[in-house]
Amino acid sequence: MSNSSQTHHGGSLFSRHDIIEKNPILLVIGILIMVAIGGLVEIVPLFYLRSTIETVQGMRPYTPLELAGRNIYVREGCYLCHSQMIRSLRDEVERYGHYSLAAESMYDHPFQWGSKRNGPDIARVGGKYTDAWHVAHLADPRSVVPQSIMPSYGFLMTTPLDTRALVANVETNREVGVPYTDEQMANVMADLRAQVTPDTPEAAALIKRYPKAVVRKFNPASAEITEGDAVIAYLQMLGTLVDFKLYDDKANLR
Amino acid sequence: MQTVSQPKSVWSGEIGLISVLAILGLLCLYIAAKTIEPAYAFHMALGVIAAALGIFAIFQRYNSRPAERPPLEINGLPNYNFGPVKFTTIMALFWGFAGMAVGVYIASELAYPDLNLAPWFNFGRLRPLHTSAVIFAFGGNVLLASSFYVVQRSCRARLAGDLAPWFVVLGYNFFILIAGTGYLLGITESKEYAEPEWYADVWLTIVWVVYLLVFLGTIFRRKEPHIFVANWFYLAFILTIAMLHIGNNAAVPVSLVSSKSYILWSGVQDAMFQWWYGHNAVGFFLTAGFLAIMYYFVPKRAERPIYSYRLSIIHFWSLIFLYIWAGPHHLHYTALPDWTQTLGMTFSVMLWMPSWGGMINGLLTLSGAWDKLRTDPVLRMLVVSVAFYGMSTFEGPAMSIKAVNSLSHYTDWTVGHVHSGALGWVAFVSFGALYCLVPWLWNKRELYSLRLVSWHFWIATLGIVLYITSMWVSGILQGLMWRSYTPLGYLEYSFIETVAAMHPFYVIRALGGALFLLGYCLMLYNVYMTITASEQAAPVAQPSLQPAE
Repeated sequence: MSNSSQTHHGGSLFSRHDIIEKNPILLVIGILIMVAIGGLVEIVPLFYLRSTIETVQGMRPYTPLELAGRNIYVREGCYLCHSQMIRSLRDEVERYGHYSLAAESMYDHPFQWGSKRNGPDIARVGGKYTDAWHVAHLADPRSVVPQSIMPSYGFLMTTPLDTRALVANVETNREVGVPYTDEQMANVMADLRAQVTPDTPEAAALIKRYPKAVVRKFNPASAEITEGDAVIAYLQMLGTLVDFKLYDDKANLR
Repeated sequence: MQTVSQPKSVWSGEIGLISVLAILGLLCLYIAAKTIEPAYAFHMALGVIAAALGIFAIFQRYNSRPAERPPLEINGLPNYNFGPVKFTTIMALFWGFAGMAVGVYIASELAYPDLNLAPWFNFGRLRPLHTSAVIFAFGGNVLLASSFYVVQRSCRARLAGDLAPWFVVLGYNFFILIAGTGYLLGITESKEYAEPEWYADVWLTIVWVVYLLVFLGTIFRRKEPHIFVANWFYLAFILTIAMLHIGNNAAVPVSLVSSKSYILWSGVQDAMFQWWYGHNAVGFFLTAGFLAIMYYFVPKRAERPIYSYRLSIIHFWSLIFLYIWAGPHHLHYTALPDWTQTLGMTFSVMLWMPSWGGMINGLLTLSGAWDKLRTDPVLRMLVVSVAFYGMSTFEGPAMSIKAVNSLSHYTDWTVGHVHSGALGWVAFVSFGALYCLVPWLWNKRELYSLRLVSWHFWIATLGIVLYITSMWVSGILQGLMWRSYTPLGYLEYSFIETVAAMHPFYVIRALGGALFLLGYCLMLYNVYMTITASEQAAPVAQPSLQPAE
């Protein structure tokens, strides 16, 4: 095959391609240059443009319980069926709420926008359902939504939340850029417990550190903190941090 | 390289690899003892076992091997190293079955949700197992096997390295084992098609660098002045996957004794990194690598030269340049800036041209040999794969147009599109290549049964048709239902009504997948019978004794 190809050479540009074809190093360099350009042009500006790095009022790091819940969400691969990205299309905004802002996932390592909706978008599911609904729905989805095709996650309600590495997890989040304050860092375990013990001074301190944090015993079936508590705490905060009555959507127009 | 006999000595490569495995094994042992996560400890225990087996195998080989290194040539003809190629061929066949079976299972879960068995076999844990098993385990092993075969034959040179090729094929499959069991146990980064956690990613990086060195080393040994076109594509695939893998997996582990890590990027930057990776996993893993297969196996099987040498040059450079830009079409109407979306769409539409240039180059290679399509089902499979490539690379640019994408995104249309490429193109071209490779590698005159290949072809094609048509209907239907309004201006359907409407199509899709799997089983049987029962090739017909083309 290469024998026959050699006989085809004619035009100067194509015959000059010989140089690359006979030199593996040049071929490697050529490939690297060609495949680097597109990515550089599309990715690098995103770290500088105002619309992609703006900070929006209301956004804060996850509480320790929410972060633990998010890690379970990641572990179970929920993003494979639920998007967290409301597109700027009329039907989506009417169905799910205000289109998602870049800032709303700025503390998400990794992002969980998803690519497929076997179930609905849940970018703004926070506050839409009661905790009891979530407990029932996670344990047996078809008990509350008969046509649902979601798997059962009843085991979350009975599995105690493993918190032994939680402080290290919050620390690592800080290392990759989530702005946890020293005060937040010092109170990780206290804030974890505070979020399931409402009407206590600890809960008030938590809400001060993490405004709009929802404090409840999300999964009342168990006295201790379960994975279900963490997941529901995470779901109940999704999309609730930014107040769209105050958000200026014209600020980034040029 | 030595021709005179000498007393047996341990080679530096053997000492080196034993040392590396010993260090890694001890590290795994330390982590297994220290970690509080049972699943992570299980993985580290597997690491200890693998390292021990590796060291044991090197000792075993030392005892049985001759004192001299295998000669690069015997009687002036290359002494090819096909051992690792055979191994990775068998692994491809195994993982293909596993990945497709899991695919049929999760397709059934969507139709019959009671099949979800919490927690290990829930859809969310099985779906990455399916995608990784078919893309990286099946596809990856096909690419390893074919690249190690093609680079030797087209360079007329023995594979570079002594233990290195074995390290690559065994190490890669160990990565697959860790990744796959990790998903079931809940170890995942939940970055689509890049789910394995940091330690598996580090291991894959090491394996991949050795893969590149073996591949390049063989090219440096070549007896042909020109590097054959298939090797350009393999090289682009290996290099670019390395770049994408590192960029999209730049994560900080919580600690050495934790399986959990957090990616450096967040939100919109992470999304862009992800789809820069994700779309080019398609572009370079599932396209460039398999185009290399097309450029070797189609001309070889048709016994015709590649249609146009110039077209291959244009095809190659334009394809690898344009593909990298296409990622943002996965993020239309999201929080990604508009200009990035438009750029991604524009380049995706432009990508149609090199894709079809490549398709034309593959199809017209049949010029003067079209009659073989009737008589040779293996060639038919290869050619139909190229036709499917043309179809899905037309559908892809169409779906990247923002107006179309506003309908198709988040729906089954995407799933159908992926599978017309994955089943029709990637799997079919792999089947064609495997049907060629197995008799060549095991020195058989021909396949056990061409009739079975023909059955495989038709059953699988029927499966694909059921799959993609049902997904077109369900995807477009659901997309239209989501945006449907009543005359009074209210949304017409609740979300769950659109889910319920999908049921019949999910049943048809599962059936299509099952047919595809059935065809695959015919191939497994055929390959098994070819290896164990087929007639040996006559010495003159041995591929390894022919001069390379």
